[in-house]
Amino acid sequence: MEQTAKKTSIPSEEYFAPGHRACIGCGEVLALRLVCKALGKDVIIANATGCMEIVSSPFPNTSWEVPWIHTLFENTAAVASGIEGALKVLQRKKKISEKEITVVGMGGDGGTSDIGLQALSGALERGHDFLYVCFDNEAYMNTGIQRSSSTPYGAMTTTSPPGKVSIGQKTWKKNMPAIAVAHNIPYVATANPSYPRDLINKVNKAKSIKGAKYLHVYSVCPTGWRSAPERSIQLGKLAVETGLFPLYEVEHGQYRLTKKVSKIKPLDEYLKLQGRFRHLTEDLRKEIQERINQDYAQLQKKAGEV
Amino acid sequence: MTKRVGIEASIAVAEAAKLARIEVAAAYPITPQTHIVESLSEIVANGRVDAEFICVESEHSAMSACLGSSATGARTFTATAGQGLELMHEVLYVASSSRLPIVMAVCNRALSGPLNVWGDHSDAMAARDCGWIQIFSTSGQEAFDQTICAFRIAEDAKVLFPVMVHLDGFHVSHVVEPMLLLDQKEVDSFLPPYTYPFPLHPDKPVTMGAFAPPAIYTEARKAQEEALISTTDTIRSVWDDFGKRFGRHYTPVETYKAEGAEVMLLTMGSFSQPAELAIDKMRDEGKKVGLIKLRLWRPFPFDDLRQAVSGASVLAVFDRCLSYGGTGGPVCSEIKAACYGMEKSPHIVGFVGGLGGRDVLPEDFEQILQKAISDAEKGQDRAYEMIGVRE
Ligand SMILES: Cc1ncc(C[n+]2csc(CCOP(=O)(O)OP(=O)(O)O)c2C)c(N)n1
Ligand code: SF4
Ligand SMILES: [Mg+2]
Repeated sequence: MEQTAKKTSIPSEEYFAPGHRACIGCGEVLALRLVCKALGKDVIIANATGCMEIVSSPFPNTSWEVPWIHTLFENTAAVASGIEGALKVLQRKKKISEKEITVVGMGGDGGTSDIGLQALSGALERGHDFLYVCFDNEAYMNTGIQRSSSTPYGAMTTTSPPGKVSIGQKTWKKNMPAIAVAHNIPYVATANPSYPRDLINKVNKAKSIKGAKYLHVYSVCPTGWRSAPERSIQLGKLAVETGLFPLYEVEHGQYRLTKKVSKIKPLDEYLKLQGRFRHLTEDLRKEIQERINQDYAQLQKKAGEV
Repeated sequence: MTKRVGIEASIAVAEAAKLARIEVAAAYPITPQTHIVESLSEIVANGRVDAEFICVESEHSAMSACLGSSATGARTFTATAGQGLELMHEVLYVASSSRLPIVMAVCNRALSGPLNVWGDHSDAMAARDCGWIQIFSTSGQEAFDQTICAFRIAEDAKVLFPVMVHLDGFHVSHVVEPMLLLDQKEVDSFLPPYTYPFPLHPDKPVTMGAFAPPAIYTEARKAQEEALISTTDTIRSVWDDFGKRFGRHYTPVETYKAEGAEVMLLTMGSFSQPAELAIDKMRDEGKKVGLIKLRLWRPFPFDDLRQAVSGASVLAVFDRCLSYGGTGGPVCSEIKAACYGMEKSPHIVGFVGGLGGRDVLPEDFEQILQKAISDAEKGQDRAYEMIGVRE
């Protein structure tokens, strides 16, 4: 089993109860569960509309064992800002105990990199003491697999369908972590539930740092990616091993790879497991491979690896 | 009793928020609300109130931050106007359905386009169905008083609804008028400290904002409607208590020179002031006219309204908003609906004016009344009339 440098144990406590309605093999809900384990019980979570909200909270049921609020799709970081502000003043006024409470905002890639980007940028810029977690399954899954700005180049979604004159998604994936870094916040990291210890380490580190933190979590969606549910963990690993979704953290602007890949695997191994890439021509695959090589080399440079 | 001071309404509203000891404010500047956020920022910056001022990047985020803060148990205030209220729109419904007692001052402004920063009620009317309590003030004094009352109303355990205090952009918000402010001791005695019954806190985890499938959505809506309607009693009793303590008395519907009035005019907001002058003049001429000032817009005070119009044979309703392609002014539609089925409903005529900051003078109101009278005499039913249109 792959491991990151520090051997972290995975907490046995559960804060996200079973019985939720996520699809079989959902990587997003696995990521969410791991994030919750690492966050622990002293937390308040604001959650954007999206798959994770919908699968967890059909009234009168809830999967949430921790305080949780859902309001809308695009405003999660702003809601978290209000929670953080309220805790600050209520603790200062001694109206509530001084217990350390981690304020967390969560959303999908759509809720984060598209419709919620303004609210997120505002909250990061203001420097609220909170952690924002983006669960990136690379499309709007809750509404039926529509493209987002985080959908990879060439991928098929219901609003980026390949056709006689279309390759599928025409744009390259937006680099959300870089956007977060540009806000000069103390901590930005990527994570992936196929590397649970690395993910937990990063949540723990984020928790220990004051200020705004951003975590971008790769989340396999078998339903939207047309992949076999039992391949989700494998896909997560391949995403890292192919250099497609590198694991790294950025502390006060300093990039560091937390999982180094000495020789990146050919992307085809990853693409061929997913129906959303089935239509890609040889040329397109090559184009994507080249771009990944480039991006990975650039990241290595930023991390001082070359 | 405190002495009278000359103060701009916006500044007084910010003072009211300070006196209410707000804990979180999140707001975004927009004309004509800017003086409220500016002076509130100053109040917080000088430590005159122990609060967090979250200087958000939009009104959508302002109201969203208010949701988070109120749900965590902090007394929460914001202010906006026009486009800002529109940008908040979807968040407003969540505030009321989540039963979060946020207080918001709205300096009513016309909506784009064309762009217009001056006052009318288009913004308030677009927010009519959001499930908030909506109170209209006719003056800066009222805006100050109502802001303080709003916290006590909103936070009452029987209420737990957000409240909008409306003050007309410029015509109220920017006017310096002599006002009786309250001091901290007076407000503290009137407004108890805030404790929200179900705050977000790890000691007692709650799930807020679960989604409602068809099997429960209707019931949720019905419960909210009943809860909102039932707030009228608390609103009344808070206003009664305010009146007893401070000598300024407020009711959902107020009348002016209504005794024996056969012809009445109804206004909401600041234009009741020129309307009063028109009534004074016509009364001096021996005409039996009177004025109704509608203060509580939501929940709508049906009984009070019917009571107020019960002696009148003609009622002219003045709206500062137009519902395109519909029945004219939304207030007039509401009044017609409220009077429908009354044993002796007055003849109701609607007028729309004062849009985008256009003044309406006492003589305009006189004309409105005269037209309503002649309509009634002729038995003529007109949809509505837009007044002061330059041909
Ligand atoms: C203002 C608004 N626009 C659109 C929607 C519809 N909507 C709900 S969830 C969603 C997509 C969510 O995608 P993402 O954030 O990536 O989360 P996922 O479901 O993929 O986990 C959309 C478009 C909405 N709820 N609100
Ligand atoms: S659609 Fe995808 S992200 Fe949503 S629950 Fe199913 S597998 Fe998970
Ligand atoms: Mg998504």
